[in-house]
Amino acid sequence: MNLANKALATLSFVLLIAIWQGLALYINNNTLPTPVVVMQVFWQEIESGQLPHHLGVTLLRLIASFSIAMFLGCAIGIILGRNKKLDAFFDNWLVIFLNIPALVTIILCYVWFGLIESSAILAVVINKLPNVIVTIREGTKALDKDLLEMARCYHFSKKKTFLHVIWPQLHPFVMAATRSGLALIWKIILVVELLGRSDGMGYQIHLFFQLFDVASILAYTIAFIAVIQSIELLILKPLDKKALRWKR
Amino acid sequence: MSDIHIDIQNKTYTTADAQQHTAISDLKLTLAENKFVCLVGPSGCGKTTLLNIIANLDTQYQGEIALGLNHKKPNIGYIFQNPRLLPWRTVRENIELALDNAQPEIIDSLLEAMQLTHIQHNYPEHLSLGMSRRISIIRAFAINPDILLMDEPFVSLDAPTARQVRGLLMELWQQRPHTILFVTHDLREAIALADRLVFLSASPMSVVSEIDVDIPRADRDDEHIIESFRQHLLNHYPEIKELL
Repeated sequence: MNLANKALATLSFVLLIAIWQGLALYINNNTLPTPVVVMQVFWQEIESGQLPHHLGVTLLRLIASFSIAMFLGCAIGIILGRNKKLDAFFDNWLVIFLNIPALVTIILCYVWFGLIESSAILAVVINKLPNVIVTIREGTKALDKDLLEMARCYHFSKKKTFLHVIWPQLHPFVMAATRSGLALIWKIILVVELLGRSDGMGYQIHLFFQLFDVASILAYTIAFIAVIQSIELLILKPLDKKALRWKR
Repeated sequence: MSDIHIDIQNKTYTTADAQQHTAISDLKLTLAENKFVCLVGPSGCGKTTLLNIIANLDTQYQGEIALGLNHKKPNIGYIFQNPRLLPWRTVRENIELALDNAQPEIIDSLLEAMQLTHIQHNYPEHLSLGMSRRISIIRAFAINPDILLMDEPFVSLDAPTARQVRGLLMELWQQRPHTILFVTHDLREAIALADRLVFLSASPMSVVSEIDVDIPRADRDDEHIIESFRQHLLNHYPEIKELL
């Protein structure tokens, strides 16, 4: 990003805050607190340790369910992408799982396995898994046959073929699944917590809803956005940069 | 190692509109050990298909290939028509990956001979096609192949580079003889390189004639000798005219 673009981005951000401030002053009501009030609540919650605790719990759930979904999804996606018969067989299953509403999976998991941590994680994984599988499967189908032939001709071992021929081609698909996955899991995990957990962001927001405490809800939302942005900037962007350095 | 026997009775493929198409029919070829053989035929006649079958990349055919090697995993150096380098690995990594164990001296000397040492840590996408082609040639040489398959490897090289790479190929081949199958549609190039020319018909492909080239290796740089041999071929073997 050049300087002019950076200035533009900053300006748009300031404008957003200004609109919020203006609206809040105009409405002048507890349902929309001003940015300053929200920031005060934000600091209070951090100092009391409430926000870090609940955010941490949610983050842990996110990491667990995201890792399981990505690992299983990549493995199954590659297998389906490489095997036409299996793909034809399981395609229907995928369509069905893709279309089950998240809320239904969550409720069924709680009903069948109880209000426990593992059923919360399972519900998130089931929601995310089909997406990963489909993305990685399409990536696997698009693998360059010329390069695979080359690898076969030069007797690349299975491991070598995977690491040096297949994985670099899947990288953009894995990154797409990661980004869309984080966004999706963040949203689902709150519902999971709201319905059946006694800690985490979802639980807290539910609590604030009952108290009609909009300032706290907004304060938690800001923390939320900040975390996602730092994952993007500190982990995903550098990963992209390193993996794509060969591109013209 | 002994002679290579190729006997393909039938090779068909299905086109996009579900038509059966015969690419090769009744092709018999025996290649003497350590000879340089040029396959000459019109483009699209199935020469690449034949190389893929020999390299065991294509197994959907009726027939038999005996490479005359006693180990199960033949070392086949295949120089494809397009370079087929891994764009996300550097030039040097691309060559190293083809080798089972690290042999830095071999890579160094080949890079040096092709004058590519200065770009060994670049990525292929930053290079010209001619350079990429030379790297794919290095990769095939580096594995010390039992058989070398070359699918029009000099096509997009400029004339001086092509001459230089050709010279290097001959040098390496004479240092360590192995069978080379070289696909081309350039008769002059074929005469300059080959011990034997195999002329192939348009699809379904089969052998039209096999002609030995008896020009001494030392005289092959002389364009007049090559040209007069070419004229001699065209006069004595009228059946090959339409294949060129």
